[in-house]
Amino acid sequence: MGNALVGVKVPHRKHTASVNAKTISAVSEVIMPMQMHIGAPATPCVKVGDKVLIGDKIGEQNGFVSSAVFASVSGTVKKISEIELSNGKSTQAVLIESDGEMKKSEGISVPQINSREDLIEAMKNCGLVGLGGAGFPTYVKFSAEEENFEDLILNGAECEPYITSDSYTMENLSEDIYLAISKILEFFPFKRVIIGIENNKPEAIKKMKEIANRNEKISVKVLSSLYPQGGEKVLVYHTTGKIAGEGKLPIHVKCVVCNVTTMQKLGEFLRTGMPLVSKCVTVDGACVAEPLNIIAPIGTPIKNLFEECGSFRDEPYKVVYGGPMMGITVPSLELPIMKNTNAVLALSEKETRSKKTTACIRCGACVNHCPFGINPPAIATAFRKGEFDEAVKNGVNLCMECGCCSYICPARRPIVQNHRLIKAALKNQKGGNK
Amino acid sequence: MEKMLHISSSPHINTHKTTTTIMLDVILALIPAWIAGIVIFGSRAFLVVAVCIAFCVLSEYVFNLVIKKEQTIGDLSAVVTGLLLGLNLYANTPLWQCAVGSVFAIVIVKCFFGGIGKNIVNPAITARVFMLIAFSTMAKSAFPLDSTASATPLVNLKMYLAADVPTGSERLITLLFGNHGGAIGETCAIALMLGGIYLIIRHVIKWQTPVFYILTVFVFSLLVSKFDLYFATAQILSGGLMIGAIYMATDYTTSPLTPFGKIIFSVGAGAITCLIRFYGNYPEGVSFAILLMNILNPYIDKWSRKRLFGGDK
Repeated sequence: MGNALVGVKVPHRKHTASVNAKTISAVSEVIMPMQMHIGAPATPCVKVGDKVLIGDKIGEQNGFVSSAVFASVSGTVKKISEIELSNGKSTQAVLIESDGEMKKSEGISVPQINSREDLIEAMKNCGLVGLGGAGFPTYVKFSAEEENFEDLILNGAECEPYITSDSYTMENLSEDIYLAISKILEFFPFKRVIIGIENNKPEAIKKMKEIANRNEKISVKVLSSLYPQGGEKVLVYHTTGKIAGEGKLPIHVKCVVCNVTTMQKLGEFLRTGMPLVSKCVTVDGACVAEPLNIIAPIGTPIKNLFEECGSFRDEPYKVVYGGPMMGITVPSLELPIMKNTNAVLALSEKETRSKKTTACIRCGACVNHCPFGINPPAIATAFRKGEFDEAVKNGVNLCMECGCCSYICPARRPIVQNHRLIKAALKNQKGGNK
Repeated sequence: MEKMLHISSSPHINTHKTTTTIMLDVILALIPAWIAGIVIFGSRAFLVVAVCIAFCVLSEYVFNLVIKKEQTIGDLSAVVTGLLLGLNLYANTPLWQCAVGSVFAIVIVKCFFGGIGKNIVNPAITARVFMLIAFSTMAKSAFPLDSTASATPLVNLKMYLAADVPTGSERLITLLFGNHGGAIGETCAIALMLGGIYLIIRHVIKWQTPVFYILTVFVFSLLVSKFDLYFATAQILSGGLMIGAIYMATDYTTSPLTPFGKIIFSVGAGAITCLIRFYGNYPEGVSFAILLMNILNPYIDKWSRKRLFGGDK
């Protein structure tokens, strides 16, 4: 294997690391967006006034890259309407008023898995998507051609500051992870299963090594704590040495990458038959009175999670879905947590260390901290001159938006934002030429 | 709805470093050299540097005022330019020349090109070269070329090399502590190295630049002198090499982005320095060498691009 990729040393701030998770169920209503994944939104299959129980399907999968949605509380469908998500896109959402009883659906039963098709069907019926943040429907990854199933990589890096929900899963629910891995190994020809974990999580590493000892195909790869270890391509490279370059996915180098919590939810489904209806979410940030990991029904409004943590100590400057490096700012606290939400953070202005943007001093920090060797100053110059080819040559399309460059920039240049703009412009240009 | 929350593109946290903290680190790193200069050359050494700093900051302030640009003196880069220029002048430089040099550095070299990050050559070095050319024939000048006025170690070393039978020259310990003729901030090698180590530890500069620059001069000197260790060591401790290699060749704006580029830059600057020192008319070549490499910088940046992940270049 070649040299390790570079990155940035971000502050860990994992305040919730050794705290027990708190479960909330007393939620008066949940908002279930039909789009909590990459791909086509699900189609609502309930009507206003319908009674639903936990685990009942309320959104039908719509096409190949899509995922079904299940009721996370028992109660009555009150409203089906368009809502605007934090990424600015609109989607239909089903609002369920809880009856407070949290009754499970009678249709829930342990699935029988006798073949690969059964397992893939189970991933579908669980409504499983990538829970690390991306939200890509899991079953699609496992529907690839037979020869691509060489390495299964479990992402337990959890390289973003604050977040500990994956650590919580690895430490407390390792049996579910093991169950999912063994079922997959039974029906897929993977040669290796590698669990990648950053070295700042000794407890999780210990638990995962325990399950790795039970099967010689499973191993744990301890990674240095250098953001962005959990970036898909970075993880594939650091665990297997395989390089998925520009425009390539892990599957192109015969790897399937899954978040550890995704695996745990699959295991839970195989064990109980309960689809994806709740999620462990890290609630943290300097404005939160008592940072906690909270297990909450999917669709719970963010404000309920903060209330559960003793509300705000100070007025938050930013509220973020996910980690502070790649997360998305939330416009309103009325928005719900979704399948792929692993954290909600209420950040103070001080801890963001945000400052006014000033002129680039060409210090080279962005270039020298980019895991992929991208050259942001050259890209910015090319974009200003309208030379798109030059921007592509300097790697703009390779950018995974991990944020190392913007994080490290002493002039606080919005480098990632600039790359997003250029990539979008390139996409439009390509579409226009067709 | 309640109060609107702040919406922005990721990432949502940043490093503690800013342009100002970086400049502050450079200033801190140069303070020992300034103090050494005051100890060696007296209070005039303080005055010359202070005048340079004052005029650099003032001219940037006035320039921004005149062209109605947002004020930028808060980034402290003008202080660094003034400090570096002052430390590169002799203690007996007339103060009006210091003022003219400072205004030249900031207004012509920096602001006319668009301010911080946009200048193509190092302001302090260019101003020093400007002063060297403009004022050197004057009786009271920044750079007395007449050898009776100042016998710097480099002049002595040139004679040392030319002599068939080497005569004694400055002792290395003298060069290390800087108690000899020269510009205010360039003579005390120990103070300069101390500041350099601080900057490397604070990740303000990369070690490649000073190390490769100094190493190149050392090796070149060894070859020229047929492996005279005294001569080569004296070369790296004399003249403006330390201050140039640690503080001027590392200027972000005018040096390459990547470590590999920095190595090309430093080796080139080291070679040019030696060519001027050993074969040129001037006893010293650091300023010219860095200036020349500054001009080549855009090309070096192109040649030294990092390989993209999965790319074949």
